[in-house]
Amino acid sequence: MPRYFVDRLSRHTVSIFGIAAFLILVLIALFILKDSLPALKEVGLIDILFGAKWYPSHGSFGILTMLAGSVVTTLLALAIAVPLALGCAIFLAEVAPPRVRSITRPAVELLVGIPSVVYGLVGMIVLCPFIARLSGTGSGSSVLAAAIVLAIMVLPTITSISEDNLRAVPVHYKEGAFALGATHWQTIYHVLLPAARRGITAAVILGTGRAIGETMAMIMVIGNSPIFPTSIFGPARTLTGNIAVEIASATGIHESALFVTGLVLFILIMLINGIGLIAYRRRV
Amino acid sequence: MSKINKKGEIVYNRNRRRSFLLPLFILIVAALALAGCGGTTSSTITTGGSTTVQPLADKWAKAFEAQDPGIKVIVQGGGSSAGVKGCAQGTLDIGAASRELKSSETDQWPDLVVTHVAADGVAIVVHPSCSVTSLTLEEIRDIFAAGSNNTWTVLNREEGSGTREVFEKKVMADAEVASNAEFLPSNGAIKQKVASTANAIGYISLGYVDSSVKALSIGGIACSEANCLSGSYPVTRYLNFITKGEPAGQSGKFIDFCLGAKGQKIVEQEGYISVR
Repeated sequence: MPRYFVDRLSRHTVSIFGIAAFLILVLIALFILKDSLPALKEVGLIDILFGAKWYPSHGSFGILTMLAGSVVTTLLALAIAVPLALGCAIFLAEVAPPRVRSITRPAVELLVGIPSVVYGLVGMIVLCPFIARLSGTGSGSSVLAAAIVLAIMVLPTITSISEDNLRAVPVHYKEGAFALGATHWQTIYHVLLPAARRGITAAVILGTGRAIGETMAMIMVIGNSPIFPTSIFGPARTLTGNIAVEIASATGIHESALFVTGLVLFILIMLINGIGLIAYRRRV
Repeated sequence: MSKINKKGEIVYNRNRRRSFLLPLFILIVAALALAGCGGTTSSTITTGGSTTVQPLADKWAKAFEAQDPGIKVIVQGGGSSAGVKGCAQGTLDIGAASRELKSSETDQWPDLVVTHVAADGVAIVVHPSCSVTSLTLEEIRDIFAAGSNNTWTVLNREEGSGTREVFEKKVMADAEVASNAEFLPSNGAIKQKVASTANAIGYISLGYVDSSVKALSIGGIACSEANCLSGSYPVTRYLNFITKGEPAGQSGKFIDFCLGAKGQKIVEQEGYISVR
């Protein structure tokens, strides 16, 4: 009797936890929406979304420049990180001897555990001065510095998920390719990579989500100027950075406009995850 | 799951899953219980806001705690507007601001009381290797309105900074600083950037100026304590503590200490200007 009681109790308990996780998401969405309303009413959604000027003390609340900043830094970071991560995943799954792998893989995974402020610090002290010298002007706080730091931060996510998926390809695929006389590289390129495509897509999309949401390291290396990212050597501002830099001291409409920034970010992440889910299910 | 090894013995899998729910429960309950104890006790004063006031408040807090060991003073940053907001909303006992209250703030929270605890100049700073030593107010305004280019890398503070508020009022005369200026969230961040960038120009509290940056004269008048005190240097302001109602109780005691002889001596030692 008590055995069944414990069984039922634990089942109900985990159900409550499961539903709570979902409720938390709904409550956060409602809360952000509620606090966004004053700015949406007073300034208007169109003026906020497509306004190119952000100067709260003079009543300008356009976030288009930051939307562009977030998208451009993320795409640039992916352009750097994806080839690197794929190469690393193929190396770990197919090329590396077990001894090398047993050291390299934990090392790559350790990159996830480093707090983002540490990445920002290294970027600020090492990368920015280097980029300043490279471009010959400015302080080095730039879209390029942000993209490089982001690329390093999403590298382990993409690498480890891609490697897992390469390893999950049934071994008879590989044996079949070898039996037909394919070389190791031909097997990797023509058999393993296409077979693991779904998982690799999911890995890239997870990395994208992480890149868009990154805040602290971005504030430290991107310069936070609310302008369009027209040059990779020039500064820009991300949506996350906009909230983090200004929320502590914002009041009234300004504060509400920052919540709109959060709402846009929320929707952006939902879109990316949605696309990821569809891509994963449709066996792209 | 179990396997049979080569000798024919049954080997039980050692990695059998254990129930992790019970330990998890205990952990959560323990965490909640501990969190419950962590609330503020009556012998703590929390102050925060302006990063200009922060180093000064740190020193005051240390001296005050040495004199009165029963009371602990916690000092946080966040920017002047965060100080005003925090005090009004009750998260801070004393808000620190490097500017006066705005009319929007006095309208929203009429019971806030401002106490001048020190005075300070806003220094226009460049890299020590920069050949410029003096600019007029108009020249500074033009540089900040034009923004970053091949000659200057312009550094600005975030919205809500008291130092920025004073700079915009007294130097920019409410003209806008160009959007392509870099935005940094504290005095310390601006100083660090100016010290590491050859053509940077920014503005910081006089109390933060040291040999890693060069403070420019304005119209030939150096940014020194004497010139700020006499009023000949044009960009000065009071540093304020803000309380809900007249300072009373422990907060009042702390503010009295800051205004006293000992407190004001610390002001001078830290490179700010005494209000006595």
